[in-house]
Amino acid sequence: MNTVTPPLVSFRAEATASEKRMALSRSIPLFLMVGPVILWLLIFVAAPLVYILVISFMKKGTYGGVVASLNFQNYLRIYDPLYLKIFFVSIVIALATTVLCLVLGYPFAYIIARARDRNKSILLSLIMLPFWTNSLIRTYGWIILLRTNGTFNTLLQSTHLVFRPLQMLYTNGAVMVGMVYTLFPFMVLPLYSSIEKLDRSLLEAANDLGAKPRRAFWRVTLPLTVPGVFAGCIQVFIPTLGYFFISDLLGGGNSVLVGNLIRNQFLAARDWPFGAALSILLIVFTIVLMRVYKHFGGSLENIT
Amino acid sequence: MAQVSDKVMVELRNVDKFYGANKVVKNLNLQIREGEFLTMLGPSGCGKTTTLRMIAGFEAVTSGAVIIEGENVGNKAPYQRNVNTVFQNYALFPHMNVYDNIAFGLTEKKVKKEEIRQRVGEMLSLVQMDGYEKRMPSQLSGGQKQRVAIARALVNRPKVLLLDEPLGALDLKLRKQMQVELKHLQRQLGITFVYVTHDQEESLTMSDRIAVMNNGILEQIGPPDKIYNQPATKFVADFIGESNILEASVGSVDGDSLNVIFETGSAEVSAAGFSQDEMVYISVRPEKLKCSAAAVPGFNLRGTVKEHIYVGSIIKTIIELPNGQDLKMSLLAGTPLIAPGEVVWVYWEKDGTVVLHTHEETLYNLIEQVPKIEVSV
Ligand SMILES: Nc1ncnc2c1ncn2[C@@H]1O[C@H](COP(=O)(O)OP(=O)(O)OP(=O)(O)O)[C@@H](O)[C@H]1O
Ligand SMILES: [Mg+2]
Repeated sequence: MNTVTPPLVSFRAEATASEKRMALSRSIPLFLMVGPVILWLLIFVAAPLVYILVISFMKKGTYGGVVASLNFQNYLRIYDPLYLKIFFVSIVIALATTVLCLVLGYPFAYIIARARDRNKSILLSLIMLPFWTNSLIRTYGWIILLRTNGTFNTLLQSTHLVFRPLQMLYTNGAVMVGMVYTLFPFMVLPLYSSIEKLDRSLLEAANDLGAKPRRAFWRVTLPLTVPGVFAGCIQVFIPTLGYFFISDLLGGGNSVLVGNLIRNQFLAARDWPFGAALSILLIVFTIVLMRVYKHFGGSLENIT
Repeated sequence: MAQVSDKVMVELRNVDKFYGANKVVKNLNLQIREGEFLTMLGPSGCGKTTTLRMIAGFEAVTSGAVIIEGENVGNKAPYQRNVNTVFQNYALFPHMNVYDNIAFGLTEKKVKKEEIRQRVGEMLSLVQMDGYEKRMPSQLSGGQKQRVAIARALVNRPKVLLLDEPLGALDLKLRKQMQVELKHLQRQLGITFVYVTHDQEESLTMSDRIAVMNNGILEQIGPPDKIYNQPATKFVADFIGESNILEASVGSVDGDSLNVIFETGSAEVSAAGFSQDEMVYISVRPEKLKCSAAAVPGFNLRGTVKEHIYVGSIIKTIIELPNGQDLKMSLLAGTPLIAPGEVVWVYWEKDGTVVLHTHEETLYNLIEQVPKIEVSV
């Protein structure tokens, strides 16, 4: 990601990186291995987080900057209907994106997981392919497709399906299309790996005991791939709240999501304390989601 | 106690199965009777699992027919066939407890809750797993999983139960115990069992009949004693129990008595249906093989005692023939032994030998040796 990364994303990345390093540590003296890691975590994860936490309790200076004065004003401000609405819309869009990704992604992942080995790797690399190009550029691509005199409208008009060009760009719908498009692989990959892992003899056993394929899917396949469903949903839902560049580009000014709000506080309004309070809220929300996920038996290893 | 009836429960008629160009089951004909415990025995890769899967409906036959209770089930899915399978790896549903696993088939058939509870309860006591209803499969030992898998299949009251090496993952002691239990269960319920194993001892102790398979071909089918004492082919003689197999040619035929000539000797054996100069195999069980310091009438075969191996209550003596072939002879411990290095006369009990044609083998060899026709342009 070339744009500013929301803090919670880098937090997650570091957590898994440190776990991997832990695995290596058996062969190397403990302090040599753990020392740099702890230092790294302190500088790049703990320090910014503590900084954000601290300034979230401070006041904005008259010309930007931060004035030290302990108060909860920033958190109370969030109760403003304006901001609550932004939170609400963000969560609705994130939920809708997640559901769309799941509904489209499950059959997709199923087909890949059940394909022959050779086709499997082709399909998987097709899923991964977009990762190798810049996501900002790919989002610009959607503008060309969706704008008033863009590809879709030209097509619709030339086939006389519509008389006047449709307003597609700069709507919540466009934002969702962009989100679904960008986050689709994050749904498919964990689903794929959980379907792939499913022992086929369990389905045969279900068939053998009288379950038709559709029943076997509901009673065996779906329950056993729930970890993949959870992992995929979390991996789509959380970034959707933070990917402000998509709602910037495809939503125009019409769509302000939590990510945009935070970005605006830091860069436009220069109200760092309020931006920090919003960030902390988002982090707490994420942690709660992870707790819930773990509570239902999810493993953090599924989230990569 | 149920008895094996004359009614044919499962029939395979001229069944061929190809995987790609690979023919893994070759013209299989098999009739399994109601209430019968039939074992399919053979080395790894001989097509046992494939055959079982064709009966269950997981694999289609390439040609031929699978007939269950007189009905060709060729285009019936597994859930439409009145057979159930116990899988080698148990295949218990990991997200369901023991009760729900066993109840699975009944809920699919929309049986009433009350009846399900009662039938699952009966099954649990049948396999001695009362009180385990709430356990998850991951909390069970291998033997317990096995019992649950059997209960889960039997609760549906199938006409035929298919078992694919159900005891393969258990340790020897538990295996022996489960063999006895399974056999009792089958007798008690009178259900037809088709049981796959590659353990010949297991098949000998449990089965009403054994079908010996090799390389996709049914070599012999019959009751255990017949399979053991009268193997129909060299493969069966070799695969079931231990055998000494000697190549010979028929020197002369006199009624039911043959004079066979080995590379290093000769012997009189009784067998019918052989002709002069035919190549044959003589199969002798180690417990029927004897040796003596003096020549025995009807035998002219000598060997050198090589070594004695103690195997619990029996002793295996290895006798080397002049052509280098080793013969195994088993004796009860305590029998006086001949010192290694001594030359002895080898003979065997008259009823302890089987004479086998070699021409089946020759036929196969011929097929494989058909020269490739090179096309020149
Ligand atoms: N799905 C498949 N695709 C291709 N070949 C297969 C398939 N299943 C089995 N085979 C081949 O068919 C042959 C018979 O296999 P099968 O599983 O029936 O053997 P088996 O007698 O059960 O052996 P084992 O004792 O090892 O279980 C083997 O050569 C195997 O490689
Ligand atoms: Mg097998």
